[in-house]
Amino acid sequence: MPLPSVVSKPQWRVVAYAGAVLVLLPLLVLALSWNSLDSTIWNHLLETQMTRLLGNTLVLVLGVISGVVLLGVSLAWLTSLCSFPGRRWLDWALMLPFAVPAYVLAFVMIGIMDFAGPLQTTLRGWLGSDFRMASIRSTGGVIFVLVLVFYPYVYMLARGAFLAQGRGLMEAARILGHSPWQAFWRVALPMARPAIGAGAALAVMETLADFGAVSVFNYDTFTTAIYKTWYGFYSLQTATQLASLLLLFVLLALYAERRAQGSKRFPGSDKPRQGALFQLRGVRGWLATGYCLLVLSLAFIIPLIQLFYWLFTSGSNDFDERYWSLIRNTLTLGAIAAVSTVVVALLLVLARRLQPIRRVRSAVALANLGYALPGSVLAVGIMFAFSVADNQLVVPLQGWLGVASPTPLLLGSLFALLLAYLIRFMAVASGPIDTALARIRPALPEAAHSLGHSGASVFWRVYLPLLMPGLLSAGLLVFVDVLKEMPATLLMRPFGWDTLAVRIHSLTAEGNWPRAALPAITLVATGLLPVIVLIRRSAQSISGGRTH
Amino acid sequence: MSVIRKLAALGLAVSTLGGVAQAEELVVYSARQDHLIKPVFDLYTEKTGTTFKYITDSEAPLLARLKAEGANTPADLLITVDAGNLWQAEQQGVLRAVDSETISANIPAKYRSADGYWTGLSLRARTIAYSTERVDPAELSTYEALADEEWAARLCLRTSRKVYNQSLTATMMESIGVERTTEVLQGWVNNLATPAFGDDTALLNAIAAGQCDVGIVNSYYFGRLEKADPSFPVKLFWPNQEDRGVHVNISGAGVTAHAKHADEAVAFLEWLTTEEAQRVFADVNQEFPANESVAPSEEVASWGDFKRDDVNVEVAGRRQAEAIMLMDRVGWH
Repeated sequence: MPLPSVVSKPQWRVVAYAGAVLVLLPLLVLALSWNSLDSTIWNHLLETQMTRLLGNTLVLVLGVISGVVLLGVSLAWLTSLCSFPGRRWLDWALMLPFAVPAYVLAFVMIGIMDFAGPLQTTLRGWLGSDFRMASIRSTGGVIFVLVLVFYPYVYMLARGAFLAQGRGLMEAARILGHSPWQAFWRVALPMARPAIGAGAALAVMETLADFGAVSVFNYDTFTTAIYKTWYGFYSLQTATQLASLLLLFVLLALYAERRAQGSKRFPGSDKPRQGALFQLRGVRGWLATGYCLLVLSLAFIIPLIQLFYWLFTSGSNDFDERYWSLIRNTLTLGAIAAVSTVVVALLLVLARRLQPIRRVRSAVALANLGYALPGSVLAVGIMFAFSVADNQLVVPLQGWLGVASPTPLLLGSLFALLLAYLIRFMAVASGPIDTALARIRPALPEAAHSLGHSGASVFWRVYLPLLMPGLLSAGLLVFVDVLKEMPATLLMRPFGWDTLAVRIHSLTAEGNWPRAALPAITLVATGLLPVIVLIRRSAQSISGGRTH
Repeated sequence: MSVIRKLAALGLAVSTLGGVAQAEELVVYSARQDHLIKPVFDLYTEKTGTTFKYITDSEAPLLARLKAEGANTPADLLITVDAGNLWQAEQQGVLRAVDSETISANIPAKYRSADGYWTGLSLRARTIAYSTERVDPAELSTYEALADEEWAARLCLRTSRKVYNQSLTATMMESIGVERTTEVLQGWVNNLATPAFGDDTALLNAIAAGQCDVGIVNSYYFGRLEKADPSFPVKLFWPNQEDRGVHVNISGAGVTAHAKHADEAVAFLEWLTTEEAQRVFADVNQEFPANESVAPSEEVASWGDFKRDDVNVEVAGRRQAEAIMLMDRVGWH
């Protein structure tokens, strides 16, 4: 492989192993939890809970996969290859729901659509008090909400793939006699499959890790059982055992996905597309607009209207100076986490490319597992690893150095929290970087080499500019995810590092949703700008930046 | 209200000076919400100059953090919102026994740990809420009676995952036995009008909207809704007045085993049991003061006087696991 030898090859193994160890550190705590079993709790779980929990979780995962793929791919197809009224702004607007945390959409949707909410109350007013509609607090309701918050992963990645396929390919398909539908099914979709799979995998891992949204619905999943075992039975050990089973399941699913996908990689087209491929005119154009608008309304506009309504009617507008420090903390954490996660993810992705041996590949795959771990469980793992380091190393060392009052430095430090983010969001960052690297045609670095550029120079002058859009996407995704992250932030934040998500938690811990409208709106607003930058930037990089 | 606002303003003034002030500083881990503890902290800071540093989270993670930190913990005080959690903290050895005459004198023994590891500071009654439009309070009598057929498809419950329901079940098991409790819970589940709710506020709104007629809630959730809308068509009923009384739970605190400022923490805890602090602590959330010589707020008093269950609240912790298993078995999700 003609890749830059910035670092000699064996050293990439070290990078990969170091990355894996970082993630394995907290996972090790999960594995160690198996040293003994609490048979009372396990018997109880197996006898009365497990069937229902596994059934619920499976239905939820299948529902979310179908939903996000259906919505994400259809929307991406429309906005990237077709022209219809409003396409230009819907293209980026459809990414906006990514800024809405799942738990916020969950409580807003229940607020609007449950029996006591404005929707059903109004309908009862019109149709008589005996009117009943399907309950939002049901399996269908949970899937509905999670699909609306997680489809942007598939939308963004599928859209990038469709755009990168280039005009020539689809035109060739058309010339060969394929209808637009056939061209979609036989050419565009198979080629975009790795991207769609990656998006769906992120959505599934988010679903499995989610506690906030499902608990608003009181929908029991494997993850809620982890929390119930911990919070109710106070058996952190059994809880971590359950969590490690969850991870095993994710590992198998990811492996199956990778096997099914094979090693197909499609380098991007050299010819940028100009203009849409399919002109949707008249009714068909407006139908496309209506469909996009419907999704955008449900996932973003209506929830935001409800939040603003609560903000102005609940009379608990507690805006004060503290909000500036909340916003500042949120942004600072997001920015540092984004940069550090992207750097580490880039190293890991490069390591896998440069040392494509099995052990390195497995190490890198392990490093991406953190995303499927419920945030609190991950936090507990890191906490235990650090407390051992603090109590066994840091404090004795300080004593030995003659520090007057030895104090633990790791636990409760900013570093610990950032490490939690790094581990949790590695998968989010490595996806776009990996895709960007795969799109670089081997001819480019070869040409650079033959022109006498050294490894380092090839990296800085060829790879980095070509990877930039991918790095930027990765950074912005991590940034927005950190803004929304709640459980690990709650447990690991140092004193004084409250974020907007923490504020939402402390206002909603007792179910007082309308009070959380202000921090929720602030959080969404803070996340909006990066999302818009992300999607506009990716459109430019594909239509303008491909011919370096 | 204006007192609270003044206190909050003061708190802001103090927190901006935080970097300069070098008086004693107490570190608190709290499962009680930020806006419910800050007024009390601010009042104490104003009186004594002692400042506070705190984080808020759920009990279990805070307890895990305390345990992981061990002797190196910066925390001096743990505040929780349920007796079961305090009992767990005591069992796991993260609290210290405090022998204080002030606390013993101010707080009844049934709201404290027998060995002084923790003390209740405010009480919340978990009681029956009913629709004023569809229920005549004469139809209501006990928790157990809600299992009767006449309440079929009329009852609303909150999720069994919430510790308040687990504590209620645990104390019922203690008072009326496991067998009877199982029957009652099974009856409740059979009578449900809709799947259990994620929180009490949603439950109360469902009663108001007509989805169900009765439910079991903590008193202060009702207080909040009643305050926002005085014509809210739901009222509280005090059950079991002929026998054991209404189930009460506590929000309380304990000094940590490895507190660096133990004396100051004990002094603060003692102050929290005095009338001055009790008012603020309970009134910000429309709870009942745990110090029985302190009268509840006017709003809370307007719900009427009632007999409280005398069982020691630590039963909630001791029988919590048993209670959860029972709730799981009868299908209360």
